[in-house]
Amino acid sequence: MIRRLPNLRKKVIGLAVLTWASCLFSLSCVAADAGYPLDHIEPDIHDQASLQRGAKTYMNYCMGCHSLEYQRYKRTAEDLGIPENLMLKHLVFDPDTRIGDLMTNTMSAESSRNWFGASPPDLTLHSNLKGGPDWLYTYLRTFYRDDSRPFGMNNLVYENVGMPHVLLDLQGMQIKTCKQVPQVAPNGGDMRDPLTNEFIREEVCGEELVRRGYSPLEKVEGTGSLTTAEYDQVIYDLANFMFYIGEPARIDRTRIGWYVLLFLAFFYVFTWLLGREYHKEFHRES
Amino acid sequence: MNVGRRNFLIGATSVVGSAGVVGVAVPFLGSWNPSAKALAAGAPIKIDISKLVPGEIVGPIPAWRDKPVFVVKRSEEQLAKLNSQNDRLADPDSDEIAQQPQYAKNETRSIRPEVLVLVGICTHLSCSPKFRPAIAPQEFDAEWVGGFYCPCHGSKFDLAGRVYSGVPAPTNLPVPPHYYESESVIVIGEDGGTA
Amino acid sequence: MATIEQQFKNVMQWVDDRLPVTETYEKHMSKYYAPKNFDFWYIFGVLAFVVLVNQLLTGIWLTMSYVPTGEEAFRSIEYIMRDVEYGWLLRYMHSTGASAFFVVVYLHMFRGLMYGSYQKPRELIWVFGMFIYLALMAEGFFGYLLPWGNMSYWGAQVIVSLAGAIPVYGEEIAVWVRGDFNMSGVTLNRFFALHVVAVPIVLLVLVVLHILALHEVGSNNPDGVDIKKNLDKDGKPVDGIPFHPYYTIGHDLPGIVLFLIVFCAVMFFYPDGGGYLIEHPNYTPADPLKTPELIAPVWYYTPFYSMLRAATFPLFGMTAKFWGLVVMAGAIAILFAVPWLDKSPVRSMRYKGIASKLALASFVISFFILGYLGTVHPTPVKTLLAQICTMIYFAYFLLMPWYTSVEKTKPVPDRVTMK
Repeated sequence: MIRRLPNLRKKVIGLAVLTWASCLFSLSCVAADAGYPLDHIEPDIHDQASLQRGAKTYMNYCMGCHSLEYQRYKRTAEDLGIPENLMLKHLVFDPDTRIGDLMTNTMSAESSRNWFGASPPDLTLHSNLKGGPDWLYTYLRTFYRDDSRPFGMNNLVYENVGMPHVLLDLQGMQIKTCKQVPQVAPNGGDMRDPLTNEFIREEVCGEELVRRGYSPLEKVEGTGSLTTAEYDQVIYDLANFMFYIGEPARIDRTRIGWYVLLFLAFFYVFTWLLGREYHKEFHRES
Repeated sequence: MNVGRRNFLIGATSVVGSAGVVGVAVPFLGSWNPSAKALAAGAPIKIDISKLVPGEIVGPIPAWRDKPVFVVKRSEEQLAKLNSQNDRLADPDSDEIAQQPQYAKNETRSIRPEVLVLVGICTHLSCSPKFRPAIAPQEFDAEWVGGFYCPCHGSKFDLAGRVYSGVPAPTNLPVPPHYYESESVIVIGEDGGTA
Repeated sequence: MATIEQQFKNVMQWVDDRLPVTETYEKHMSKYYAPKNFDFWYIFGVLAFVVLVNQLLTGIWLTMSYVPTGEEAFRSIEYIMRDVEYGWLLRYMHSTGASAFFVVVYLHMFRGLMYGSYQKPRELIWVFGMFIYLALMAEGFFGYLLPWGNMSYWGAQVIVSLAGAIPVYGEEIAVWVRGDFNMSGVTLNRFFALHVVAVPIVLLVLVVLHILALHEVGSNNPDGVDIKKNLDKDGKPVDGIPFHPYYTIGHDLPGIVLFLIVFCAVMFFYPDGGGYLIEHPNYTPADPLKTPELIAPVWYYTPFYSMLRAATFPLFGMTAKFWGLVVMAGAIAILFAVPWLDKSPVRSMRYKGIASKLALASFVISFFILGYLGTVHPTPVKTLLAQICTMIYFAYFLLMPWYTSVEKTKPVPDRVTMK
């Protein structure tokens, strides 16, 4: 079910060094949210298969740099329905790790600071920090080629991002492009040719595409091991997993919440009936 | 005013309300249970006994729920004297089931005769007893053949952790679940079968 | 049967001879006569008490797992959220309770303004209540630093820096409050002590004083009628009814359960309130080098925060920063003066004139607008709006002696009106 990628640690460290180098040369490791409209997804913390796939992606591609240090493996295994021995065998790289341990990574804070200038942030609470899974879902799907950047990559959501696109092999290369899109009719809809009923198209670029609700990115044919739909699913699962790990108690919380509300509604009936008994006294003229 | 109806409603509301109070108490009481962190700290640990000399002790080391655990390698002389004073012991045959796993319910209270693994917490009021291995008279016992002595309230245990009669401690020192992973490594905190 | 009752009586007699238990119970519960015409608005005092108990209990329980140090505070919160059994529930009860506290207290205060509950002879009740509100703001402020998230850190940083606006000694005072030249673990530690020990004690004392003062003069009511003027032959108010059991069971208990339904719905399903109850930047540990993009206090402070920001120009040789502090402090201080600002011959809004009604309505609206503005980035237009609303806020109080004395009031009935 879960396969471990070879030589991952080396690869991650290599990327880390590159990231650090890119900061040095470009003086722009400070990046900012670019205000790109986020794609919305509905997370589903009850979909254990999705969460498991997300966990696998995280452990393989993200964990090398970004720890989940507030969460324990045991809790994750329990909530995701992964047997503890399989969890340790397939998802944990350090053989000395025990199931009750926190999900820290092997890269010490000190060495990572040496590589990056700053430690890559812990991501346990990332989903909460961004107010939901949409940010991550959009961010990981909007890397594109930008030769002005030291890595040759940029991001629509996180402009001048310092992190390399670790999922490039899966997604494939995207480029920023102009597109032929329908013209906007005076009524706001898409303009059509009155005779052929086909869209009247025009070439639109950059910001204007975004404003009209189109993606300004296009995948380069023949790159990436996954189709766009497959890749979107991978990212959905990952964002879903991140949503889960931001607040693992969410499953219990909503379940218990319904019981409590039902109980209170039931209790209210009695207190209301009893209260009415006493309230009758108010109108008795003494 | 309908007294019967009112009394019924008072009763019903009280009952449902009490259930609510019990429900509210659950998180308050539950939060006192050992947390996931405490449970993680209580995970089994491994101890290498290859360098342990007969007559010596490893410990107290924090193991199995972070309790002080003793691992003693008893010398031949100590083993020979071990069952010489059984008439002075409160439970020489380790009949108290909860105090040791089944595989340690024997004359030496151990898997291997010479190696004793004990939770070093006095069964009286939870002080940690001192290791007194010498087979020689002590100020607290003229016929001492080696064992453990609790400084808090004077409880005495022999070299199998069995409690003497006439001391405050009620039962033998507990033997934690453990097994031998190899010739020299003991895993303390779980039984061999569940690994 | 009779003997058990007799024995109980004997025991109570024995106790009463030594401690006035029965007398106290009767004075404050079974023989405390409350007006019969309480409406919906009279639930919030009781609800504030319920929330207070919730905050005390969950707060005590949280301190059992929380670590008040700069290094461990943030981690210990996540420890509570993940590793402690039901820790997440206790924490959400506390964090949601904090907001609920302000909701019910604001509604309780509005009730006071609407029905003139502060008027003679209830000035002290109002003043104690205002001190409770002040203590509550302090409690919320100190408590908000404790999670040691980045918003906690910078929010506290901003508010403590306000002390810097005090002329001459400002900077030294700010350093003294922090115990450091920057917000640090030292600050966290003292805020923790204040939050869990000092302020709660003050709060409890004030609550007792608030209730004692209330029970001394008796409760006001939506008509503002003095029920003690109409006594029956036993000397009981004709328009009154024993607080217990008629209000406790007849009015408060169902009200509490209704409140709990709303409270639990929020707590279990929207515990962070979309970022208003627990702000998103607080999910990252305090970072003295990185300010969140928008520093917004929790919603219950935002009206005052808006007023602070609305002061944008120096005046009389003092800086805008100084005037911001003055405006904010003044906005709270002026609330204390309300009993002496209202010159109206009647208490309740039911019988006051149109001027009072308009004044109260525009006050509430401006308070809401200020509250909203405090949660967003200031722009020139929004700052202007905040300035206008600040003027309305102060005008409500400062003009009160004038409009309450010149307006035409309706006659107050002799007896309370029952619906």
